Amino acid sequence: MNKPKRPPVKKGTLKRTILTVFQAYPVMFPVTLLCILFSAVVAAVPDVLIQKIVAAIETWQPAQDWPSAAKEIVPMVIFLAVLYLLALAATALYTQLMAVITQGYLSKMRRKMFDGMQNLPIRYFDSTKHGDIMSHYTNDIDTLRQLISQSIPSIIRAGSVVICVLGIMLYYSIWMTLLVLAGVTLMFYVSKKFGGGCAKYFLRHQKSMGATEGYIQEMMNGQKVVKVFCHEQDAQEGFDALNDALFDDSYRANCYSNILGPIIQNIGNILYVLVAVVGGALLLTDVPNISISGMPFTLSIVIPFLNMTKQFTGNINQLSQQINHIVMALAGANRIFELMDQEAETDDGLVTLVNAHIAADGTVTEVKEHTGKWAWKQPQEDGSFLYIPLCGDVRLTEVDFGYTDEKQVLYDISVYAEPGQKVAFVGATGAGKTTITNLINRFYDIADGKIRYDGININKIRKSDLRSSLGIVLQETNLFTGTVMENIRYGRLDATDEECIEAARLAGADSFISRLPEGYETQLSGNGANLSQGQRQLIAIARAAVADPPVLIMDEATSSIDTRTEAIVQRGMDQLMEGRTVFVIAHRLSTVKNSDVIMVLDRGRIIERGTHEDLIAERGTYYQLYTGAFELE
Amino acid sequence: MLKRLMQSVREFKTPTILTLLFITLEAVIETSLPFITATLVNLIKDGAEMAQVLQLGGLLVVMALASLSCGGIAAITCSKASSGFARNLRHDIFTKVQTYSFENIDKFSSSSLVTRMTTDIAHVQMSFMMIIRTAIRSPLMLIFSTVMAYLMGGALAAAFVVVIPVLAVGLLLISRKAMPAFRRVFRKYDRMNESIEENVRAMRVVKGFSREEYEKEKFGKASDDIAKEFTFAERIVALNTPLMNFCMYFNMLFILLVGSYFAVNSGGTTVDVGQISAMLTYGMQILMSLMMLSMIYVMLTMSAESMKRIYEVLEETPTLTNPEHAVCEVKDGSIVFSNVSFKYSSAAKKYALSDIDLTIPSGATVGILGGTGVGKSSLVQLIPRLYDATEGTVTVGGVDVRDYDITSLRSAVAMVLQKNLLFAGTIKENLRWGKPDATDEEIVAACRLACADEFISTFPDGYDTKIEQGGTNVSGGQKQRLCIARALIAQPKILILDDSTSAVDMKTDALIRAGFEEYIPSTTKLIIAQRVSSVMHADMIVVMDGGKIADIGTHEELLKSSEIYQEVYQQQTNGGAEHE
Repeated sequence: MNKPKRPPVKKGTLKRTILTVFQAYPVMFPVTLLCILFSAVVAAVPDVLIQKIVAAIETWQPAQDWPSAAKEIVPMVIFLAVLYLLALAATALYTQLMAVITQGYLSKMRRKMFDGMQNLPIRYFDSTKHGDIMSHYTNDIDTLRQLISQSIPSIIRAGSVVICVLGIMLYYSIWMTLLVLAGVTLMFYVSKKFGGGCAKYFLRHQKSMGATEGYIQEMMNGQKVVKVFCHEQDAQEGFDALNDALFDDSYRANCYSNILGPIIQNIGNILYVLVAVVGGALLLTDVPNISISGMPFTLSIVIPFLNMTKQFTGNINQLSQQINHIVMALAGANRIFELMDQEAETDDGLVTLVNAHIAADGTVTEVKEHTGKWAWKQPQEDGSFLYIPLCGDVRLTEVDFGYTDEKQVLYDISVYAEPGQKVAFVGATGAGKTTITNLINRFYDIADGKIRYDGININKIRKSDLRSSLGIVLQETNLFTGTVMENIRYGRLDATDEECIEAARLAGADSFISRLPEGYETQLSGNGANLSQGQRQLIAIARAAVADPPVLIMDEATSSIDTRTEAIVQRGMDQLMEGRTVFVIAHRLSTVKNSDVIMVLDRGRIIERGTHEDLIAERGTYYQLYTGAFELE
Repeated sequence: MLKRLMQSVREFKTPTILTLLFITLEAVIETSLPFITATLVNLIKDGAEMAQVLQLGGLLVVMALASLSCGGIAAITCSKASSGFARNLRHDIFTKVQTYSFENIDKFSSSSLVTRMTTDIAHVQMSFMMIIRTAIRSPLMLIFSTVMAYLMGGALAAAFVVVIPVLAVGLLLISRKAMPAFRRVFRKYDRMNESIEENVRAMRVVKGFSREEYEKEKFGKASDDIAKEFTFAERIVALNTPLMNFCMYFNMLFILLVGSYFAVNSGGTTVDVGQISAMLTYGMQILMSLMMLSMIYVMLTMSAESMKRIYEVLEETPTLTNPEHAVCEVKDGSIVFSNVSFKYSSAAKKYALSDIDLTIPSGATVGILGGTGVGKSSLVQLIPRLYDATEGTVTVGGVDVRDYDITSLRSAVAMVLQKNLLFAGTIKENLRWGKPDATDEEIVAACRLACADEFISTFPDGYDTKIEQGGTNVSGGQKQRLCIARALIAQPKILILDDSTSAVDMKTDALIRAGFEEYIPSTTKLIIAQRVSSVMHADMIVVMDGGKIADIGTHEELLKSSEIYQEVYQQQTNGGAEHE
């Protein structure tokens, strides 16, 4: 019954959770609830029957007249047996249904969450820790599972048992009921008191757990450095100090939570004894009974009361335990709903990208099949469409931008890239190079200025079409679990095997792929962990190549490859870049030297622009970078 | 395996045994409670004196209090025992890992070691607690309750003869069937989570190629598949409740019917209402104990995996050990590789190094050049004996490295690793790793040499600036310079820089190298680099290719003789790396 800190829960989360379950299973869920209710109520019936049976025994025992007693007892037992059978059926039904509902619902929630997540803007992923996002899919979903498969049934069951039993107790005797209630109050008080202490130590435990795990992580990752410096002894001492503190807190926290069980249980036991003793005393002293039924106080009341005491305390205990679970689960549900409620990326672009046939005279017609030629399809006011051939002419005019309102990142950026030109951005980390490319594919929207693509304002182009026309190769290569072929095909899903292999050949990746144990069918996992950095990068380039986009963005695509490998990758890149508009960001200036224009960025402004020769002649920042006087960080 | 793990209980044997003892006592008391209550009920029924009733009631309350104290003490000792066991296990693993060689570390990988020390130990701690609290208690309760039931109810106890086997077999079947299903589900579940992580990490690629719909479809399939398997597994476990209820109901009906028959027929001599009520309680106790036992069974099998993983770490033999009669002094910085071949593990097919013969005089500066994966790092790692050569010998200062005391050797051979790390703590604390008793002057001197002093002194807290975990608050170039300074403080006889200046600008790189020549001329310096400019002034340049030494010579010699060297030089000078 420990109470770790309770995170705030928005009002209405419980309602929304239950409502969504209802929506997912409009018939099954209510049926399940009814079954739970039925089986719970049946659990209270024996208390009434036991009283009657004991009364019957008392009546016929002196005469030892079983046949007469049987006439009263056997029908009751048969009645109970029938009820039990029904309850058993209901239990079997609801437990099975609950398994189906829980997993089905969770899958639905997971998919909803994932689908919603795909539509979130890049801003969300840039500003949220990936670990936090993951925990929605693991921890939060898990608490939701607990809520539905365990907490809801047990609250309904325990709640209805408590109510039924309370009713029956009152029916028999108010005095005895008061006694039981007093005991339960004491239980509540104690568990609350211990719960508080428990929460305190629980938090401390978690904190020292975190500290120890952090240390373990650091040392295990740095184990080789530890060895090189023969630092084992100190590492051990540092660890032991943390480990001992963790032991202390773990011991205390466990004490509190372990001791609560026996205490609650034995208060229950004492209560049980008290009920017997007080019951006996009442019998002997002939105190007038007060009850709803008005029946006199007899032994046949004391016996079921003993049983009811156990049931009552047990179920109350369960209820109080569930409340903690529910609060935790609702916090999880709350976070899940928060992710689902995140505002999706807006897209009000009307201009779409279509396969086109371009006649000799320049007229563009839309066609269904893949022609290798594309056109922008722009709806006109009169309902007709205007077709503009896709060329790859990208112009930024006086663009300002900041990731937040307070801090502007780019100032007055103007870049003109004509079809087939190679434009390079050079500058320190944080100068705004990547930010510019983020604006072109609309991962972020500009604050001021204009970006036009083939003369069309990019805000008017449907985002998915805009991005399809732009190929990107990033410094961090992200490959997916699957075969090499599947990874290349990611660039264009309807590409044939031949087209994929052709793209790999263009990127210079074909030779190493065919040497892999299973060639193009080699399974990659863990972001291509079984490949070298350069090989991963080559696959990423092939992936961009198969998409055959008119515009390419290369963001530090070769920075973490050694110079010899780079020479190989570079050949692939050069072939890929031919005939396309390319924006390239590079750390090594050797890769940008042959660009049509080089932009040197400093703190969000373009401070120098021109060809390599121009800039060298200028003897400015580029010159200093090139000669190695500056450190590019 | 269990025996090995149990060795870590050590000083917590007493609380462990006390727990067992008090738990047993508690179980004994708890099972006798219904027995005495039954007597009390019968007393009341027969209209006994108030005094008698109170006496017996008093006894019951005392027993409940005794049970409470036993339970309470057991709770405390058991917390102590399980937390202590976990502490010792963690300590033992950590100590063990400290004795590991690089080869051992490679075998486990650091992230798997972290999991073993955290999650796995938590599992084992949980099951240890469960075992000492319930594994003894539940069977005891089961036995006591059954015996008591026979003593009291006689014929009534026949109900248990039916119920116990039914429940036991049922529970066993369910958990046997459910466990593999769950294991399968969890494996798939892990894979699904990995793919979510992959998706989140690669979101720019997903969006860049407009693959949102494709990803949704892929995930939807995986999620539905999991739901299907999970439902199957949970439906098996869901059989537990009806089975349990069936046994409970059967018990109830049997005892009520047969009990009242005996009670009426015998006139209350063999069985009376008190017994009937007690039998109902015992029935519950027996069923609950069985349920607990099946839970423990499941838990133990689940944590068996964790135990195995911990055991593996504890049982691993370190591949490098200190020799007897070890040499404790390294005379000078000369290095000789003779006929050295090396592979990372005996199971590996490919040699990382083969047929290396290399002689480096003390005080020389040696550049090592080559593409990724040609064996540059492997070569230098043999010098401070981070790995042992598979064939051939490596000698330092004229003595085989295997004859040195490892600590003495590594103190004399300072190595700046390619994947280097700073640790949480101040800059000064980090630097003192190289030499724990270094004075402030020594620290500053080393930092000057590594060109680190210039940026450290611009920090508001100077040398007391806190470094975040993993060194995230300094730039890559600064981090590398700090790592070099850390290695310099020990005043080593041999200094190895494994691509340690890649993020440092060329001017500073040159300054650092010039400093080496001036201030530590007698130290042998091995420099692995990507940039020709970093090694071109060395006394000797080693060009490596495919695990072998391709060429050795000075810059001028290699420009004439070495194809690889020419190629790299050409590319870098054309690329503009050298523009002097």
